[in-house]
Amino acid sequence: MKRLSLVLAALLATSANAATIAITGGTVLTAVGETSIANGTVIIRDGRITAVGAGLVVPAGATVIDATGKFVTPGLITAMSTLGIVEVEGVRQTNDASARSTPFSAAIDVAPAINPMSPPIAINRLGGVTRAVVGPEISNEIFGGQGAIISLAASGDIVMAKRAFQFIEMGEDGARAAGGSRPAAWLNLRNGFAEAQRFARNPAAFDSGRDKDSLIKRLDAEALVPVVEGRVPAVVHAERASDISAVLALRAEFPRLHLILIGAREGWMVADKIAAARVPVVTLSLFDLPDSFETLASTRSNVGRLVAAGVTVGFGIFGGDSGSQPRNLPYFAGNAVAQAAVPGGVGLTRGQALAAITRAPAQIFGLADLGTLEAGKRGDVVVWDGDPLELTSAPTAVFIDGVAQPMQSRQLQLRDRYRDLAPAALPKAYSK
Amino acid sequence: MMRISPIFGLLLLAGCATNPPPKPATAGGKPAEVVTIPADPWPSTYKPYPGVTTVIRNATVYDGTGKLFSPGAVRIENGRIAEIGASVAVPAGATVIDGTGKFVTPGIIDIHSHLGDYPSPGVEAVSDGNEATSPARPEVWAEHSVWPQDAGFGRALAGGVTAFHVLPGSANLFGGRGTTLKTVYGRSVQDMKYPGAPYSLKMACGENPKRVYGSKGQMPQTRMGNIAYARQVWADAVEYKRRWDDYSRRAKAGTAKPTDAPRRDLAKDTLMGVLNGEILIQNHCYRADEMTNVIAMSKEFGYKVTAFHHAVESYKIADILAKEGICSALWADWYGFKMESYDGIRENIALVDKAGACAIVHSDDANGIQRLNQEAAKAMAAGNRMGLGITPEHAVTWFTLNPAKGLGIADRTGSLEPGKMGDIVLWNASPFSVYARAERVWIDGALLYDWADPDRRPIADFELGQAGAGDAK
Repeated sequence: MKRLSLVLAALLATSANAATIAITGGTVLTAVGETSIANGTVIIRDGRITAVGAGLVVPAGATVIDATGKFVTPGLITAMSTLGIVEVEGVRQTNDASARSTPFSAAIDVAPAINPMSPPIAINRLGGVTRAVVGPEISNEIFGGQGAIISLAASGDIVMAKRAFQFIEMGEDGARAAGGSRPAAWLNLRNGFAEAQRFARNPAAFDSGRDKDSLIKRLDAEALVPVVEGRVPAVVHAERASDISAVLALRAEFPRLHLILIGAREGWMVADKIAAARVPVVTLSLFDLPDSFETLASTRSNVGRLVAAGVTVGFGIFGGDSGSQPRNLPYFAGNAVAQAAVPGGVGLTRGQALAAITRAPAQIFGLADLGTLEAGKRGDVVVWDGDPLELTSAPTAVFIDGVAQPMQSRQLQLRDRYRDLAPAALPKAYSK
Repeated sequence: MMRISPIFGLLLLAGCATNPPPKPATAGGKPAEVVTIPADPWPSTYKPYPGVTTVIRNATVYDGTGKLFSPGAVRIENGRIAEIGASVAVPAGATVIDGTGKFVTPGIIDIHSHLGDYPSPGVEAVSDGNEATSPARPEVWAEHSVWPQDAGFGRALAGGVTAFHVLPGSANLFGGRGTTLKTVYGRSVQDMKYPGAPYSLKMACGENPKRVYGSKGQMPQTRMGNIAYARQVWADAVEYKRRWDDYSRRAKAGTAKPTDAPRRDLAKDTLMGVLNGEILIQNHCYRADEMTNVIAMSKEFGYKVTAFHHAVESYKIADILAKEGICSALWADWYGFKMESYDGIRENIALVDKAGACAIVHSDDANGIQRLNQEAAKAMAAGNRMGLGITPEHAVTWFTLNPAKGLGIADRTGSLEPGKMGDIVLWNASPFSVYARAERVWIDGALLYDWADPDRRPIADFELGQAGAGDAK
């Protein structure tokens, strides 16, 4: 039954794909520079954007979405999340982000655990999020495992890329996982990479002459091979300036590493170094507390200073409070703009802020056909009832690969069930 | 100016809930012979800092009671709100601020914070929010855990927060007393204490207590265990109160000796304060059905719940909460992080408000406390998308006057009505805009934050000399 409905959904998706859609009359924010097209048109055909501009002719037979008075942006992309692998964080049966007592680490692959029916996917899609980077959390090792890239589409197979990156904890969390200190964490890292190199040289001989108590399993070493060889990015969590510098210095030893920093709250102190190393950063704009010894220099100006130094910064959700949900990406982006108004603060322009939740995550994770409204890109488009970065705005339409998404979630169903509390003929459980 | 007499505590002595505090009976030369429970052993030593007469004019003013003045003006004088209106008198020598394009609100009040108890940095050595050694710890006071050097106080101030309530955590059914503080750094917690603010008793229902104690093989292990345990505690408290009532009656009649006074029980002192209506119940409770269980329990033992906190399902019983006169202290959009938060919706605050119940935006978070106005904006917008027609001037009450009511300080603060404390925020844009920041914050008329003046930007001892200290955060 479930399989049948998936097939049906796929068929529906295909037929919808073939349609031509023209979104007209809106203010189109393309996420390319500061481009804002008044009374602009976005045309999507067969799931791809074919044209974006003012004064475009609407193709015959196109479904027209009137966006007059509204805003049009690319679909939002969260540069990190647990979408699809965590439904209720505190309920372990629905939390596949980490495995407390697994013997494995780097080999862990989140892809087969991803559940397209998980309610947070629909809830965040309603907020305009169309793609997500999905990452594991560490268990007993500094290597958390391999993350994925997903679509938030309501139908079909949502996993776009498996084993898209390796997640690595350094800093305080890495130290804890490695037994209690940063030096131990660095040893684990070097050991893992060295074992991967040994595996790559001769997989068949990997087990011969190996210590029985070797810290890393065969599958873990194998998973780290493409990381050491730079074919799969290493997303490394580090917050303290000195930890960030140490991560950047890894390239001296492992020159092919493709590094992505996550966290980097003290990144502004070494922004030039990060920029020179061409390492992008995944973070958020509202960290401003010295809430650990590795984040003493936290400031909301971090993002602005990093971008000013030339670092590509994408916003992603990791840790933080429970209000840190991908649907709140515009809130983080808008607040980064607000920071620019504070005397002595450094923030983002509106274009940069929009890019941090669209173009930059796509760039950072190699999603070449996503992140902007440009001809040739996938048809991920969101229509908003106001300035997309404003707290009071919300999407009125969401397209993924040119397919109009259902604007429904169980939260809206709950809202509608309880909007009127007057006694009725039947209990609430009978209203849909 | 500052020694407003403590309004709670005096009445721990039974039977005199509306009378002045019992004094040692010295009248007529008789020696003191009535044993009383000290009304306020940790009195506030807060003193307002000096301010100048200040007029903000040509601004958009939300007064906190639901009124909008546009253009609007406010005058702060002698630490208090002196006048509000479309325009106000400008005394000679007053500092005049042109508020064109800017917005004014009362100071933000957070009814649910753990600042100081779970301060920055979040290391074990200073994590003092949960005395998780018994399901009932009404004897502990959150203020005794507060580290006055929490950098979070300064960040909250920069977010327009002028008062906040520090609560113990929710590991216990009875977590201990909560205390209202001013967002003014002091050398001791007493220096920060809101003069005359009533204490609260933090209670918790649901998953946390049953998990914390159930995992130790202790009661409560279930929700029925939660209620049974709490009822026994209340039953014992009722008996304690009966003894004190009886003793005080007899002592006043001259028929009891000081040695007849009941043995002090610090836990029950707090519970008796609740039963006497002087200590307010702030009850962590997520689910609608559990809130109704708690309401029934409160009626059984004769106390009142002032506010349910984190009540993600208040919207399911908003009519009941309105009828019972219980506030809901809520997040705008937190949901799904634990089973009991599964049904959280963004319209919760708006639906509670629409039902005529008291709706409050709260943080429970050192970062979130900095943007309660933005949380209110999200909640207002969600309500308006379902057609509730909530105005900004009304939504301002969710983070000003309503939390003041929930803390028992609405007679002094929470709105810009003349005579109230000069707790006020000047915003560079609408506080419901993501682009808005607090430019200046006054507490009791003293300018304690100015975004343009590094000398009006507090730096906690802990931050001093660290990287980034004094940065525009």
